[in-house]
Amino acid sequence: MSKKSDLKFMSGNEACAEGALYAGLTFFAGYPITPSSEIAEYLSAQLPKRGGVFIQMEDEIASMGAVIGASLTGAKSMTATSGPGFSLKQEHIGFACIAEVPCVVVNVQRGGPSTGFPTGPSQSDVMQARWGTHGDHPVIAVSPTTVEECFTEVVRAFNLAEKYRNPVIFLMDEIIGHMREKVRIPEPGELEILSRPRPTVPPEKYKPYDESFGDIPPMAAYGEGYRFHVTGLNHDETGFPTNNGKIIQRTEERLLRKIEANKEDIIKVVDMYADDSPEVVVITFGATVRSARAAVRTLRDTGVKAALLALYTVWPFPETQVREVTEKAKLVVVPELNLGQLIYEVERCASADAKVVGVNKINTEPITPVEIINKVKEEL
Amino acid sequence: MAFDYEYYLRQDKMPHIWCPGCGLGVMLKSMLRAVHGMGWKKDDVVVVSGIGCTGRIPGYVDFNTLHTTHGRALTFAIGIKMVKPHLNVIVVGGDGDMLAIGGNHFIHAARRNVDITAIVYNNEIYGMTGGQVSPTTPHGWRTTTTPYGNLEPRMDIVEIAMGAGATFVARSTVYHTGQLEDYIKKAFEHKGFSVVEVLGHCHTGLGRRNKRPSAVQNFQWEKTVAIPLKAMEKLPPEKREGKIPMGIFRDDKEKVEYTEIYKELMKKAAG
Amino acid sequence: MRYEVRLSGEGGQGLILAGIILGEAASVYDNLHAVQTQSYGPEARGGASKSEVIISDEPIDYPKVQEADILLAFTQESFDKYSPDVKEGGLIIVDSDGVKRTSAQKNVQIISIPFLRTAAEEIGRAIVANMIALGTIAEALEGRVKPESIEKAILARVPKGTEDLNKRAFDRGRQLYKERKG
Repeated sequence: MSKKSDLKFMSGNEACAEGALYAGLTFFAGYPITPSSEIAEYLSAQLPKRGGVFIQMEDEIASMGAVIGASLTGAKSMTATSGPGFSLKQEHIGFACIAEVPCVVVNVQRGGPSTGFPTGPSQSDVMQARWGTHGDHPVIAVSPTTVEECFTEVVRAFNLAEKYRNPVIFLMDEIIGHMREKVRIPEPGELEILSRPRPTVPPEKYKPYDESFGDIPPMAAYGEGYRFHVTGLNHDETGFPTNNGKIIQRTEERLLRKIEANKEDIIKVVDMYADDSPEVVVITFGATVRSARAAVRTLRDTGVKAALLALYTVWPFPETQVREVTEKAKLVVVPELNLGQLIYEVERCASADAKVVGVNKINTEPITPVEIINKVKEEL
Repeated sequence: MAFDYEYYLRQDKMPHIWCPGCGLGVMLKSMLRAVHGMGWKKDDVVVVSGIGCTGRIPGYVDFNTLHTTHGRALTFAIGIKMVKPHLNVIVVGGDGDMLAIGGNHFIHAARRNVDITAIVYNNEIYGMTGGQVSPTTPHGWRTTTTPYGNLEPRMDIVEIAMGAGATFVARSTVYHTGQLEDYIKKAFEHKGFSVVEVLGHCHTGLGRRNKRPSAVQNFQWEKTVAIPLKAMEKLPPEKREGKIPMGIFRDDKEKVEYTEIYKELMKKAAG
Repeated sequence: MRYEVRLSGEGGQGLILAGIILGEAASVYDNLHAVQTQSYGPEARGGASKSEVIISDEPIDYPKVQEADILLAFTQESFDKYSPDVKEGGLIIVDSDGVKRTSAQKNVQIISIPFLRTAAEEIGRAIVANMIALGTIAEALEGRVKPESIEKAILARVPKGTEDLNKRAFDRGRQLYKERKG
């Protein structure tokens, strides 16, 4: 059993901040926005104590810029925001993608478009997380379902960011962000902590995007003798801009491939009753997983062969996992706190024999188990 | 002995993209002499830029270099400086980059007083995109987006920097190369946010549409339009019209620099 | 065993803290599962305040109150708004000065206790009305969460130097419940 001192009753936003610190966060820049502000507030107290930097910037764009600058000096960096701020950060999320700068962007989703409904739960940034910034780009998005997972999954988000030199979107929602639950704080060393690959060659031989090291080139830090160039322009392996179309295409393809080819490592799903040839499969993510779990249990109690697939990695989309779990299904239900986003991906990947329906809600309340159950009964 | 610019330049990135007669080369050379004068190791210098002709400087210099998004260079620079305060962080940008799209970042960087030097090349135009009006284009001037003349008043970079609380503010021109080097060096020496406005020109983007088409005409204009601050103060108001003061407008050594303040906070917070 | 508690009233009455303490006592000290949520934003700014705690011996799926087992209402407004959502056979605890009209449609028990007055006049600080209420709820929970655990959670959460004051308030609340139940 855990020691009481390791158990903390905290909010999802606080657990996310604490998990980031466990992962090695030493730089946070942010801008106040509901419902994510508690992350900044918590870190403003903790980071100076623990030797890190907290800074509140003049806007969302600036905080994302500062995060990238800090990461280029070698610091594990993070920002936190919500819908409207996430829109503003997209410019620099794109920069982090093309320049391959590890960082974590927390998005405690809220309703939209525009200012929308700041304090209500929402999951309406599924597609913004994937396609928010212009141009083809690689994306990883991780989503927790409990307060404790805000801690453990943000650690995973950092590990993925570092390992793949890519921004990782930590897709939370207001329900998880603001609720409190028990969190067991792991001992140091208990969870694996990864850091970006570092150069093994001397500075004169260093190239910041050296493909001879594979799809994820080692990354130097500013101020350590490796005087390298970073730009948001298309560049070659030296990091300098190039007009060479072949190199541009090859590099962009590598950026996508470093995620695509490592999906097995990046994707995490948790299923319930999936190996029981389910006729009904509920597929969702974030806080809605909780309602879906309750619904699936109740459905099974009433004799319906139901299963749940919870997506802890939303992007890259768990195509294979969705295909497999829906193989024998007649009905696939996708509850989400928006008017239909994740469902497009599920429709693309689910068994052709299954009917795919959504349970969609944007009335500022969470989706209840009963609403999912009713949908299943209505469709069966 | 001639100054060894090559030591600081990435030779393989030459030739640069700037038009013959552009003032940016003059500014860059003054900057490199100032860096040399500081005795900084190349490994300890970071040069950050946004987008535009000035924004290409980081590609040409052999330091830690970062070419960011339009207007946002200062935000990246703050991230770098806060994590590694021992690095000497220089931000270069044009008037459009720093004062229009980056205006919010500029005033808040000045307010915060992080030890960064911002060198603003003011050519009164968006050069790289083809000569569109910028916040510092003189009223009435023709640009590719003000074919009937600029409707708006021009923005004064020095006044903005002063108003926002920058602790070192100077202005020189690409004609006054010795003075420019001196001001940049003083800005480097200054502990806090320093701004050097470098009055320059874009004869291809702005000059040729406004009766100043050659580089020489523009250097002559810089020579005559810029009046030393002290001399300017002595001029009667009617003679100040159309003149631009140059000099050191502020050198405040009292205000404590931000990374120092943060270090103190860390000590206090850690108990 | 899913057990739902809703604390409602006005901002400044300490109901959010009371909810946090109850959730912490249940989950950290009694090793049960607990979820605490609260009203945010326009709802909270408007003066109304709501804090919910769900307690269970199993992991909790849906995190919000569906049918409250216990409703605490400090104001008439909160009583009127939330009393219809109390479970059949549930319990409503009201502040006797804040809630004057207590008609209930369902078969629920209503207990009226002068929390705010007792805090101000007897304990000497109006601010500890929430702790008196917590004492009452501790008893009403009938052992689902140990009153000793709630007490420990209170002492761990309240500002240093106010432990005694808060404990006295908590004990008074427990006593008041017992008196009402006879």
